[in-house]
Amino acid sequence: MTQSVVVQVGQCGNQVGCRFWDLALREHAAVNKKGIYDEALSSFFRNVDTRSGDNGPDIYKGKICSLKARALLIDMEEGVVNEILQGPLRDVFDSKQLITDVSGSGNNWAVGYKIYGCQYRENIVEKLRKTAEHCDCLQCFFIIHSMGGGTGSGLGTFVLNLLEEEFPEVYRFVTSVYPSGEDDVITSPYNSVLAMKELNEHADCVLPIENESLFEIVNKIHQMINSGKLGSTVKQNSLVTSSAGSAKTLPEKPFDAMNNIVANLLLNLTSSARFEGSLNMDLNEISMNLVPFPRLHYLVSSLTPLYTLADVNVPSRRLDQMFSDAFSRDHQLIQADPKHSLYLACALLVRGNVQVSDLRRNIERLKPSLHFVSWNQEGWKTGLCSVPPVGHSHSLLALANNTCVKPTFIELKDRFMKLYKKKAHLHHYLQIDGMEQSCFSEAISSLSDLIEEYNELDATKGGPRIDPSRLKIAV
Amino acid sequence: MSIVTVQLGQCGNQIGHEVFSALCSDSRGTHGLCSKKENQSYQDSCKERFFCEEQSAVPVARAVLVDMEPKVISQALSMAASSGHWRYSSHSHFCQKQGSGNNWANGYCVHGPRHKEAIMELVQREAERCDRLGGFFTIMSMAGGTGSGLGAFVTQCLRDAFPTSFILNHLIWPYGTGEVIVQNYNSVLTLSHLYHSSDALLVHENDVIHKICAQLLNIKQISFRDVNQVLAHQLGSVFQPAHPAGGGSGYSRNPLGDLMETLVPHPEFRMLGLRNIPQMPESSLPYSTFSWPGLLKHLRQMLIANAQMEEGIDWQVRPPQPGSSIPCTNKPLHFNTSIANLLILRGKDVHSVDLGGFQDPSLYTSWLNPQDAFNAWKTPRAFNKYEKSAALVSNSQFLLKPLDSIVGKAWNMFASKAYLHQYTKFGIQEEDFLDCFTTLEQVISSYTNL
Repeated sequence: MTQSVVVQVGQCGNQVGCRFWDLALREHAAVNKKGIYDEALSSFFRNVDTRSGDNGPDIYKGKICSLKARALLIDMEEGVVNEILQGPLRDVFDSKQLITDVSGSGNNWAVGYKIYGCQYRENIVEKLRKTAEHCDCLQCFFIIHSMGGGTGSGLGTFVLNLLEEEFPEVYRFVTSVYPSGEDDVITSPYNSVLAMKELNEHADCVLPIENESLFEIVNKIHQMINSGKLGSTVKQNSLVTSSAGSAKTLPEKPFDAMNNIVANLLLNLTSSARFEGSLNMDLNEISMNLVPFPRLHYLVSSLTPLYTLADVNVPSRRLDQMFSDAFSRDHQLIQADPKHSLYLACALLVRGNVQVSDLRRNIERLKPSLHFVSWNQEGWKTGLCSVPPVGHSHSLLALANNTCVKPTFIELKDRFMKLYKKKAHLHHYLQIDGMEQSCFSEAISSLSDLIEEYNELDATKGGPRIDPSRLKIAV
Repeated sequence: MSIVTVQLGQCGNQIGHEVFSALCSDSRGTHGLCSKKENQSYQDSCKERFFCEEQSAVPVARAVLVDMEPKVISQALSMAASSGHWRYSSHSHFCQKQGSGNNWANGYCVHGPRHKEAIMELVQREAERCDRLGGFFTIMSMAGGTGSGLGAFVTQCLRDAFPTSFILNHLIWPYGTGEVIVQNYNSVLTLSHLYHSSDALLVHENDVIHKICAQLLNIKQISFRDVNQVLAHQLGSVFQPAHPAGGGSGYSRNPLGDLMETLVPHPEFRMLGLRNIPQMPESSLPYSTFSWPGLLKHLRQMLIANAQMEEGIDWQVRPPQPGSSIPCTNKPLHFNTSIANLLILRGKDVHSVDLGGFQDPSLYTSWLNPQDAFNAWKTPRAFNKYEKSAALVSNSQFLLKPLDSIVGKAWNMFASKAYLHQYTKFGIQEEDFLDCFTTLEQVISSYTNL
C-alpha cells in the first residue's frame, strides 16, 4: 500500500485541505469499525504514540492511538492556519508540519514564488523530507492551492518545482482553483498565467476547479432540498457538500460547502488505492492512462450523485442516471461542456455496489453521444472500488482529458492580455528581485502553446477518419 | 506429473483463486457418475497435478502468487483459507507496494529485473516440491501493467531457467470498449514477447465470457467474480484428468506435454482458443438432458462458424467441399480453418461417442494428416455437475479477428505517438514497438493464409 502527502498552500489551499482531512476522517471512521490502524488509513495518516508527547514513535499496526495527517500546511498569513489549529482538527496536525509567516503575499505571484520561495526553501525541503521519511512507500504528492492569489499561486508553484527536484519519482497531482471572471483580485490573471507555466512544466496531473461551478452545484442542491419536490428526504450526510457527521461542529462558513466538493473529489480519486475492489485503479494508473502527451495533463472532473435520497432501494435506472449525470455540463467542476468537445481519454471510477456489467452497459449507452479523438476511439479507463462514500450506496468520479478546458484557458489569456497591454500593475511584479519582463512573455507563450495544442486536436474532430495503413508482410 | 501455476497481477490472482476452487470442488464432488475406482483415480491425479499434500491435510495449491501491490493477493490468500478445503502456501507469494500503473514498460523493464531473483526463487521452491514437474501454467491479463509486462518477463525467466519444461500462458483479452486506455499497446507488447518464450497461448476474451454470463447463464448483474467462475469452469474442463487417446488405462501423466504435442505442431501457430459445451445455470441442470451427438454437433458448428457459445451459431457456414476451390454462394462464409483440435469429453457413455465430424479433413489445413490434426481425450468421470460435457481446445483462426482488431487499434494510436512518452520513460523505445508490431503482423498473416 502506498502513502500520499497533501501539501496545502495559501488561504484557499488550507481551507479546502481542512475540509479534506475532516471528511477523510469521517470516511475512515465509517469503514473502520474496530479502531485498528490498517493499510487504508496509513495512506493518509500516521499512527503516533503520543503518550510520550508529540514526538512519539510511529505505530504501524494495532490499535489507533493518535492519527496524524500526512500533510504540510503552508501559508504566509497566520489567520487560516491558526484557525485550523484551534479547531476540532488540531490534534490531526503536527506543529512541525506548518510553515507560516505574518504579512502574506499581497496577491502577488512574484512575492510568493521569488521572495518567500527563496526564504523558506530549506525549511520546506526539510519538512518534506521528514514527511517522506515517515512513509513506507510514498507514491504521490497532492498540492491544493488557488491560482489567483499570491501565496497559493506563487509559493504553491514554487513548492511544485521543488517537489520535482527533490522527489522526481513521486507523482505530483495538483488541485488548482482558477479565478472566475468577476474575481475581486485585479491581478489574478497575472498570477494565474505565471502559475500556469509552472503547472505546464512540472505537474503530472492538474485538476482545475472553478468557483462558479462549485457555486452552481451548491445552489442546485439547495434548490432540490428546499423545493419540496422530492418524495422522500435527502440523507444529510450524503450531500457532496455536507460536513455532517464530521468533527466540525462550528457553524458552516460560506465556502465550506464548496470546499467539501473538492475534498470529496480527492477522496474519490484515492479510494481505489486505499480500499479493495474487483478492478483497482491506482494513482499511477490515472496518470498513465489519462496523459497521452506530457503537456496535456489537465483533467476535467465531475462527481455524482450530488446527494442520495433516504430510501434504500436503488433501481438500476437510477444507477444509469448517475452515469448520465457525470457527463452533463452542470456536474463538471469547471465551466465546461465535455459532451460537445473532443475527448482524448476518459476515466470512470465507480465506488460501491456496482458491477462490471453496469459499467459496460452505461459505456455502450453513452459512447455514441461523445466525441473521442480518432486514435483513441475506445479510450476508457475504468475502476471498481467496493467501498462507497459515506451516505451513498454507490458513486462515480469521472475524469476527462477533454478539449473543453480550452475556453477556460483562452479566457485567462484574454484577461491577462487586457492588463498586460496597458502594463497595468506590472511594476509590482518587476520590482521583485528575480522578476523580469521575460517571465511574463515566457508564461504567456507557454499558455498560448498549450491552447494551440488543444486547437490542433479540435481541428481533427468530426473530420473524416483515415486510419494509418498497417505494416505489410511479405508472404 | 505436477503443474506449477504462476498467478500474475490482479487478474491472474483473481482467476487463479477461482480455478483452484473449481478444481478442488469438482474433485471432491459426489456427482462423478462413475465407478469408485475411477473416481479415486481421478481425485488422486487431480491432487498430484495441482495440489501438494501436506501434514495439515488441507491440500496446498501448487502456485506462486505475484503482484506489485498487496490488496489482491491478501484477498486471495484469505478467501482460499476460509474455504476450509484448500489453501495457498503462506510462503509462495511475492508483492510490492506500488503496482505497475498499467505500464507494460514498468512491469517488464523495471519490476522484472528488480524482482527476478525473489520471484524465481519462489518458483524454484514450488518446482522442487513436485515429484515430477510437468510444466508451468501462467495466468495473466494483457491489458494492465503487472500481469502483462512483468508476466512477459517472468515467462522469459521461466524459459531460461527451465529450458525443457512446457510453459502454457493463459491470457485474458480485455473488453473491446476498454478497461484500460493503453490496453492495446500493452497487449501488442505482451503477445509479441510471449510468442518468443512461451510454448502456447491459451486465450480467453472478456467480451465472450461476458456474453456467456449474460445469455447462457442469465446473470443479471454480472460481476468479475461471475466472469472468473466461468473461466475457471472452462479451464477446469481442460485440466482435470482425462485419458489420452490410445493410451493405457491411466490418466494422462503429462497433461501439458500432451496438449502441446497435439495442438502446436508448428512454432508459428501458438494461439489456442477454448470452447465449452454445455453452459447453463446450475438451477437448470436437473431439468436438462444431453446427448453426445447433439452436443458434438453444436460444438463442431461452433468451431466451423467461429461461434463463441452455443447460442446464435450460424448454421449456414460449411467447410469447403473438396475439389471446389471457390465457394458457390455470394455470401462470404467466414469458415474457420483449423490446424489442430483437441476434444475432451467427460461423463456418461463417453466411450461410445462418434467423433467422425471432427475427423473430417475439410476442417483442417492441408499440411497435417487428419489423424494427427485431431485428438480426443475422455473420461467417464463427470465434471462439475454436468452429466456430459465437452471442451474443445483449438488451434485455428478463432483469434484472428480479435488479434487483428487489437493490432489495428494499437497501430492507430502508435501513428499519433500518443502515450509513447510513458513507455520511453521506462525503457521501451519506438523501435521496440515496431519490432512487436512486425512480429504480430507476421502471425496475423500466417493465420490468414491458412
